[in-house]
Amino acid sequence: MSELVNKQQAAVALAGDTFSPARDHHHHPPHLAHHFDTLEQQFASGKLGMWVFLATELLMFGGLFCAYSVYRHNHPEIFEFGHQYLDKTLGAINTIVLITSSLTMAWGVREAQLGHNKRLALCLILTLLGGAGFMCIKTVEYHAKWEHRVFAGRWDQYDPRYKGPQVPHEPPTNEPEAQAEQQIKNNKMLPQTTMEPQNMPTLPQGANPGYGAALATPQAATAPSEAAATTQAGPMLQAGDAYADPNAGTADAAKIHPMQGVPAGLATRVHAEGKWEVKFDDLPKTEQDHVLTFFNLYFLMTGLHGIHVLVGMGLICWILIRSMKHEFGPTYFAPVDLVGLYWHLVDLIWIFLFPLLYLIH
Amino acid sequence: MSAITGNLGLATKQPEHKSDNYLTHGKGIKSWLFSLDHKRIGLMYMIGVLTAFFIGGVFAMLLRTKLLTPGLMYTHNEADEWNFYNHCFTLHGAFMVFMFIIPAIPAVLGNFVLPMMLGAKDVAFPRLNLGSLWCWIIGSIFFGWVLLGGILHAAFGPFANYWANALIPAGLDTGWTFYTPYSTAKAANGTVEALLGIFILGFSSILTGVNFIATIHMLRPKGMTWFRMPLFLWSLYATSIIQILATPVLAITGLLLLAERTLGVGIFDPALGGDPVMYQHFFWFYSHPAVYIMILPAMGVISEVITAHTRKHVFGYNFIAYSSIAIAMLSFLVWGHHLFVSGQSPLANAIFSILTFAIAVPSAIKVFNWVSTMWRGDIRFTTPMICALSFIILFTFGGLTGLFLGALSNDVHVTGTYFIVAHFHYVMVGSALFAFLAGLYHWWPKMFGKMTNKTVGNIAAILLLIGFNLTFFVQFIAGAKGLPRRYASYPPEFHKYMVTSTIGAYVMAVALFMMAGNLLAALINGKKAPANPWGANTLEWHTASPPPHDNFPVEPVAGDPYDMGSWVWDEATEQWVLDEDHARTVAGTEPTVHQH
Amino acid sequence: MAHEIQHVSTPAGGAHAAGQSHVPAHGQHHGEYHVHVVPPWLLIAVFVCLVILTGITVGVTYFDFGRTLNVWIALAVAVAKATLVALFFMHLRWDSPFNSVVLFAALFFVALFIGTVILDSKEYQINFVPPTSTSMAP
Repeated sequence: MSELVNKQQAAVALAGDTFSPARDHHHHPPHLAHHFDTLEQQFASGKLGMWVFLATELLMFGGLFCAYSVYRHNHPEIFEFGHQYLDKTLGAINTIVLITSSLTMAWGVREAQLGHNKRLALCLILTLLGGAGFMCIKTVEYHAKWEHRVFAGRWDQYDPRYKGPQVPHEPPTNEPEAQAEQQIKNNKMLPQTTMEPQNMPTLPQGANPGYGAALATPQAATAPSEAAATTQAGPMLQAGDAYADPNAGTADAAKIHPMQGVPAGLATRVHAEGKWEVKFDDLPKTEQDHVLTFFNLYFLMTGLHGIHVLVGMGLICWILIRSMKHEFGPTYFAPVDLVGLYWHLVDLIWIFLFPLLYLIH
Repeated sequence: MSAITGNLGLATKQPEHKSDNYLTHGKGIKSWLFSLDHKRIGLMYMIGVLTAFFIGGVFAMLLRTKLLTPGLMYTHNEADEWNFYNHCFTLHGAFMVFMFIIPAIPAVLGNFVLPMMLGAKDVAFPRLNLGSLWCWIIGSIFFGWVLLGGILHAAFGPFANYWANALIPAGLDTGWTFYTPYSTAKAANGTVEALLGIFILGFSSILTGVNFIATIHMLRPKGMTWFRMPLFLWSLYATSIIQILATPVLAITGLLLLAERTLGVGIFDPALGGDPVMYQHFFWFYSHPAVYIMILPAMGVISEVITAHTRKHVFGYNFIAYSSIAIAMLSFLVWGHHLFVSGQSPLANAIFSILTFAIAVPSAIKVFNWVSTMWRGDIRFTTPMICALSFIILFTFGGLTGLFLGALSNDVHVTGTYFIVAHFHYVMVGSALFAFLAGLYHWWPKMFGKMTNKTVGNIAAILLLIGFNLTFFVQFIAGAKGLPRRYASYPPEFHKYMVTSTIGAYVMAVALFMMAGNLLAALINGKKAPANPWGANTLEWHTASPPPHDNFPVEPVAGDPYDMGSWVWDEATEQWVLDEDHARTVAGTEPTVHQH
Repeated sequence: MAHEIQHVSTPAGGAHAAGQSHVPAHGQHHGEYHVHVVPPWLLIAVFVCLVILTGITVGVTYFDFGRTLNVWIALAVAVAKATLVALFFMHLRWDSPFNSVVLFAALFFVALFIGTVILDSKEYQINFVPPTSTSMAP
């Protein structure tokens, strides 16, 4: 996106475009593309284009924020419990790091406008350091999740019913019941092909193949050794999973039974009991399992944001190289400005992610 | 003044030498594939989009042929037969929606005429425009891969080799809507590739939207005010707004589906703790506005075609312009009507039902204005006009049945039946396809400088109209009687409807092949087209056919785009020529001195 | 504010001095255009505000105002921070107003989307049969 303006200029040179006879007598500034009349028009177009693109970015993140809001709205206790596993201090430090890099970026735009390419390069290097620092801290945080055996999706081995940090690679406890539950967790890692598709629509009421139990279909329950084996296999299951029998029966029968009146929604239940603030420990086990949704959302939101940070760092590298060639000045600084806008947007998203994920209560 | 004289010179004389136009401006395949010229990009889009249309059409024929009988048609066992049918309707829908209808009018006709209608040399970001084309190509390659994999699987069965099984997609059987939990838990192995394809195709759509918005805002030359813009540009502007605001939501939905399918992240699948109703909200927040991405530019084309081929100033310009924007805005408020029976709450159902009725108002305003434009006009039954008239008929059908579906109680009755199929085909095919064809015929002389054969074109268009109604009108009846959609079989009492429908589909296929032949024949031995074969006054007709590389040798001066008095029929040359004085008066470039 | 007044003026020369509020861009025959250069003190001031607001949003979590209020306080602070970034770091303050319209339109549609889906999910939760972990064994 941010490459538009100057790339066009290069493109015009490449394509050997002819200028219209009407305007040929004008001397064209070197950075003005043939289809614009003035540099101002070209710059304003680039900026408008960038803003429109940023709008699409906002809408895209909006989807994730929507998923977050829906789950948090319906399961507030879960989010309160889950967020304790996020490091508030690291999150706050990361916020400051990102804000600082935004400052250096904004300063860089200023230097570009004034034509100080060396100072611009310095600002960009500082911004890059900020981005790198942010990613490093993020890595530390992700590593901490791993220590808690919290992973995204089907590799997750975390069980909310065991309090405190757990020692990796060891069963959390020896109680038989807990072991059984751990077994259930492990079963979740079975490739989905082992599910009996026909079971899904024909289940009796109240016996849905649920989340915790999940995939505890007859096969899974009777094949603990298999389950254990797949546990070892870990991420290798990815390829296998992609196989589903094309002839499998439909599972479109969603778990929604209109008007059945099963007051399972937490909010309703709590309301009936006359108390609003429910603690995580008071929740039924199936609800507690929902904490994985929180972690999934955490990984998805910070992950997508992290990808944007990396893309932004790539773009900054690109204008850093160009600033070292002294390409920018008062008449031509659009690439710096547009990359800056992108970088600030990444900052903006984090400004919302931080309180929503780390500062729930 | 000099501008108009320059235009006049071009309009009356043929271009001096052949190398002057955009088709011959550069040589070699590279000068096309990496061209930054919006006209060439539009043409390449056209080739791609029509290929996708052909593939989608083949699947349509396979579907209709299968439905000649409720039993087995292609295979010897039921499971294979039903499975094949599922893949067919999914690929038909996916190719038609994501690769044909959504890009058809904006990316082909829009790219070609938008800068010329504005009087600009190019879109604001030509590189981005090329990027959009390449996103389309790469996204389509993913779908081609899914299709090829499906054929390989069908031909050679499940492979013995693990990796062959894992890497070769087994087709796509989710329906184009990718509803969870089927799509993430059980659907054929090919969903991931298709979702990646959709993600990339979405970028193509977004980039086109960014480009059009920036172009319309920034590149309007002197004299081209907002309300001197041709109505096609208003509709493209409205379309771009939707592309910008809705497509990213499809992108994130696709990413979440991918995460759920590959990583087991539970957002939508109830077995993983997700919420399938939320998936439908996500999907339709994009896909309902997306049907307006299909229909809004079609309405723009019709506004242009009808006024040009009746030689009459468009009726109610402001109403048509504003109704485009109104439709774009309202399109974001009605997505819930796809969820009436999906577990959406009664409260939301009621709200969405009311809002659905609201969007009929701006759509109806357009229809009234088109009809009023024709009233006492000099209607000429050219091929684009026949297509446009068909559009009005079919769009009225499609729109009114849309109201039936927006009515909550009635919708519960016909949801998931052929009534729905008939309704959206009336809107997507009957309207969007006919408008696309009208636009192709309307601008074909401008694109290639060749006239199409009117007789063949008209016969094909009328045949297409007949075939279309034969195919889909009976589906309204079958649907109202309760025949469910997406099933490979049906009870015997529906046999007559299904056979009629299939015969209609064959008629449509014949008509479309006739049209293709007609358009191609024009390229080979069509009559040379003058600069302005229709006597229309939008700016693209003020330059040569085909246009030069830079569109206009002299920057045109915009006047009223629908002032038909600017062009008078010259008996001697049998061409429309620009009446300079009149045009100058209308453009308001200088006070008029004498009347003609 | 001082810098705003400077922005309106159009200095003809000597624009390259540091601290000058804006710089005329010489586009040969294509006229000049004036870009707004944000003064350093403003950048620093915005940065300090952002840090303070970050401190506030962290600090406020140590007080329990109830589930709902805490969310709204956090969101209000985030919106304040985002506004500062958008206005000054992203130059919206001095840009064409249409760019702000684009931003607001995007936020409006995000809000519309989230609002409607939350509203609806709240309504249908009562009918949502939660997955159970019992009675699945044969």
